[in-house]
Amino acid sequence: MRHHLVLRVVSKLLIPFIILYGLYVQFHGDFSPGGGFQAGVIVAAAIILYALIFGIERAKQVFKPQILMVLAPLGVMVYALTGYAALALGGTFLDYDFLSQNDTGGQHLGIFTVELGVFLTVASVMTLIFLAYAGRTHEIDDDDW
Amino acid sequence: MLELILAKYNYWIVIVLMMAGLYVVVARGNLVKKIIGLNVFQTSVFLLYISMGKVAGGTAPILTGKDEVFSNPIPHVLILTAIVVGIATTAVGLAIVVRIREAYGTIEDDEIDEAENQDMAADLAGRRR
Amino acid sequence: MELLIDIVLLGILGITAVAILWTRHLFVATMLSGAYSLTSAALLVALDAVDVAFTEAAVGAGVSTVLMLGALTLTRRREKAANRRIGVGPLLLVIVTGALLIYGTVDMPAFGDPNAPALMHVVPEYIAGTRDDIQIPNIVTAILASYRGYDTLGETAVIFTAGVGVLLLLGRRREEDEEAGTRRPEREA
Repeated sequence: MRHHLVLRVVSKLLIPFIILYGLYVQFHGDFSPGGGFQAGVIVAAAIILYALIFGIERAKQVFKPQILMVLAPLGVMVYALTGYAALALGGTFLDYDFLSQNDTGGQHLGIFTVELGVFLTVASVMTLIFLAYAGRTHEIDDDDW
Repeated sequence: MLELILAKYNYWIVIVLMMAGLYVVVARGNLVKKIIGLNVFQTSVFLLYISMGKVAGGTAPILTGKDEVFSNPIPHVLILTAIVVGIATTAVGLAIVVRIREAYGTIEDDEIDEAENQDMAADLAGRRR
Repeated sequence: MELLIDIVLLGILGITAVAILWTRHLFVATMLSGAYSLTSAALLVALDAVDVAFTEAAVGAGVSTVLMLGALTLTRRREKAANRRIGVGPLLLVIVTGALLIYGTVDMPAFGDPNAPALMHVVPEYIAGTRDDIQIPNIVTAILASYRGYDTLGETAVIFTAGVGVLLLLGRRREEDEEAGTRRPEREA
């Protein structure tokens, strides 16, 4: 990728904005279309763009697969633990009303935590799947397309 | 008759798209082509569900303080889940296709059949000796 | 006006589906399926499903195309020519299934009916609950995360399982597989 100067410069400018947009979609999921899934896929797309332009090895150094393999089940656990917390505080499983003093505050807190868990899992799993595909040796050279 | 068509045209066109995707899955032998056809099929099913939930004169289900008619939000929730499950299935399916390619050297299903038959014949011959 | 947008977008989808069916070059089919997903995302916006359109555009036109291209670099790029005849069996199956489905839609409520039975029972409750109890503007997020939160937990587990599955299948490198002896004998040369 040494000779793709335009691609490298433009993607260096764009990738922070893509990640920022993903975080915007995540936290504004309550007010406009968005939420955990969309944000996770957008952040994974930013990471995939980085891996495509700068090479798989550098992408693996920045976004270490070991850390991603910890983040993926962590998202599911955060979701499940929110449910168990509601159970421990007196309600039924995933009943967000009991997470705070008033019902509405509890619902907001529950939805926020749950979407965060979904975001972590979706972003890390999409990135891991891409790195698994890209890590195998290729049959077709780059110039054969 | 025109009324019937105007009432149902969306469903019928989407059903034709679904059948095109289904034909690609059933009739083509290349495994990657089958998975692409499956993707087309799934996307058309999503269109069918969402068009069942549309309300004429309605708007997107986001509260804005004004009293308005909303389209049915429950199909949207179901299809959000379905889209993500679809990509998960595609990812695992393509991983299996890559492993099949490495094991058999081909991704056409009739060539894989032949290779399997040769394998079985070689196994039986080897065992009889 | 909406009718015109609907018809044009459905026409583009139909042409793209036929082109995917017809082409032999798998790279072309992958790109066309990305275009299919993007056009259906536009159609979904016209059908008032903005959350779904967002997800479909990001997932279908983005990640799905990248994964298929990744799989294509590890396999072949063209379909075999002999498999191209129009099979009578599949065609018959497809026509019969399509006819049954169209027969089934005769009983359904008309497209856009505001008095459809699906809108009568739970939906007014959810909308009122989102306005009064939960108090967030996005009804779809409220249903996804709160009213139907258990389904979303299952869905997150499904995504995680898919990630585990792909890592098990493709995680080790080919050289390690060769040494472990899991590859067929004729490919070692």
